[in-house]
Amino acid sequence: MATAVSHEVLVGGTVGRQPSGRAGFFGTVRSEFTKIRSVRSTYWTLFALILACVGIGALFSWGQTQRLLRFEDGASPGNKIPPGFAEHIAHEIRSQAASISLFGLLIGQLIIIVLGALAITSEYSTGMIRTSLTAMPRRGTVFAAKGVVFGVVALVVGLVTSFLSFFVGQLILSTQHVNTTLGHPNVLRIVIGGGLFLAVCGLLSFGIGAMLRHTAGVIASGIGLMFVLWILSQFLPGPPSGWFGQEDIDKWIPFNAGSAIWENQANGLHPFSPWIGFGVFCAYAAVAVVGGLIVFLRRDA
Amino acid sequence: MIEARGLTKRYGDTLAVDNLSFSVEPGRITGFLGPNGAGKTTTMRLILGLDRPTSGTVSVDGKPFAEHPWPMREIGALLDAKAVHGGRSAYNHLLCVAQTNNLPKRRIGEVLDLVGLGEVAGKRSKGFSLGMGQRLGIACALLGDPKILMFDEPVNGLDPEGILWIRNLMKALASEGRTVFVSSHLMSEMENTADHLIVIGRGKLISDCTTAEFIAANSQQSVRVRTPQPDELTLLATAAGATVRSDEGGALVLLGLTASQLGDLAFENGIRLHELAPAHASLEEAFMELTASSVEFHAGLPQEHAAQTADAGRVR
Repeated sequence: MATAVSHEVLVGGTVGRQPSGRAGFFGTVRSEFTKIRSVRSTYWTLFALILACVGIGALFSWGQTQRLLRFEDGASPGNKIPPGFAEHIAHEIRSQAASISLFGLLIGQLIIIVLGALAITSEYSTGMIRTSLTAMPRRGTVFAAKGVVFGVVALVVGLVTSFLSFFVGQLILSTQHVNTTLGHPNVLRIVIGGGLFLAVCGLLSFGIGAMLRHTAGVIASGIGLMFVLWILSQFLPGPPSGWFGQEDIDKWIPFNAGSAIWENQANGLHPFSPWIGFGVFCAYAAVAVVGGLIVFLRRDA
Repeated sequence: MIEARGLTKRYGDTLAVDNLSFSVEPGRITGFLGPNGAGKTTTMRLILGLDRPTSGTVSVDGKPFAEHPWPMREIGALLDAKAVHGGRSAYNHLLCVAQTNNLPKRRIGEVLDLVGLGEVAGKRSKGFSLGMGQRLGIACALLGDPKILMFDEPVNGLDPEGILWIRNLMKALASEGRTVFVSSHLMSEMENTADHLIVIGRGKLISDCTTAEFIAANSQQSVRVRTPQPDELTLLATAAGATVRSDEGGALVLLGLTASQLGDLAFENGIRLHELAPAHASLEEAFMELTASSVEFHAGLPQEHAAQTADAGRVR
């Protein structure tokens, strides 16, 4: 390290005269993008996201081909399989081929929750927030820039994940000729929907992050909301039920609402239609983001 | 120029900043002095808008800090050397800060060289020593070539060379007409650096005056004298109202007379002097006195007392 540095170097240097206008959204967006791309944890988390989604999707697709094979091989001794049943299963798999290949999103959502939380909580855990808000004290601008940059990164990575999962999954399903293509009805919506689902998941976590500020707390809440609530919903009494049954509650569970767009096979009874479900999910995320904004604007940093 | 009017911040039951009014003028170094927990950092956070005051206002060049079009050209602040993401390189840290105010990229290299971190620009800051972190924070504060610089305990973790460096830097910044506001609990550091002092204790303003006034008001001036006739001089000086003691080296230390008064007294009485030197009490001693009085407030002295001591330069 250099020793005592002469202060004869003009402190002013190349900053130049104060320009007109004011520091605003676009500069802050560039700043936030620099932040997200300049730490390693971003790359590790995104790599983990892609790996988990593609890997689990591939595994699940392979499992489906094996299931089909069992039926096509005929009955193991003592089992009676009606004629044409293998064809029935093949048809079922083919009609769900897109969402089968996206099954890894179930785990992928947990990873994007971590990334969404870190996008804001790492500012607090490192103390960087004080530097950020001193350079740009207009907090609404900082929050918007952060949200937009994270949202765009999450959407791009979500789409890459979703398409990659789809293609790998179809490759495996095609070994038993039960694959589908993007040209089939609804398939493109399902695959794009997978990316949208991940992005909104991340934003939901981002909003909670701005409210709670502590990484562990945010991750726990995010996973509770998206994963644990979904598991709990499986224990609700099934139909026919009275006023508090699975069929009334199920579709409102965040994961079920959100995964309607990619037609996850485990998204409960009587799910919302794809876009309505996604709309409900977006509304949940919006509540979290608006809550986060209010806290971000008001609370001492 | 920073102006605080009745600034108050309460955290739960604790009054961290209690009705503070002061102004920090450009072109000089203003030391912000107080023992740990006196509310210095909180006051700086209130200036920057990181915290919202419970009551009162603080303005920066006439308006709240957040309303300035280019905030980094207004205030550069080093509140906490650890306010960085350790996983980010020094260069990228400064880049993301500079981008918020559309500052040119070449400015980053300039400030890194200025603080002596040019060679480690690409290194992640988690590997930095405390002193290097401090320099990175200073580089960050200087990015926007701001009119006002605010440093919270900037010499923490710096070696003597670094301390000298930052002292010179602050003097240079003030001589360029900038406002330099620097907090410290190190009296000796402020004595050598600050032109003006704002002293607080328990969130309250204790004193707001020039450093010279502060020392004069807070400590008695003493005179050191050597003479072959110590007994006669002691007698005369005591009669003139001074108190006299002798120090380890055999010289006399007199309180209550100036060096010229004493010199005249000796001359008029034909006493030979071999040495006559005024000795200024250090700021350290002055601060000790204030801390002591702060303890007295705590013990429940009348409110008027605090008001009196808040008068500029007139500290007990």
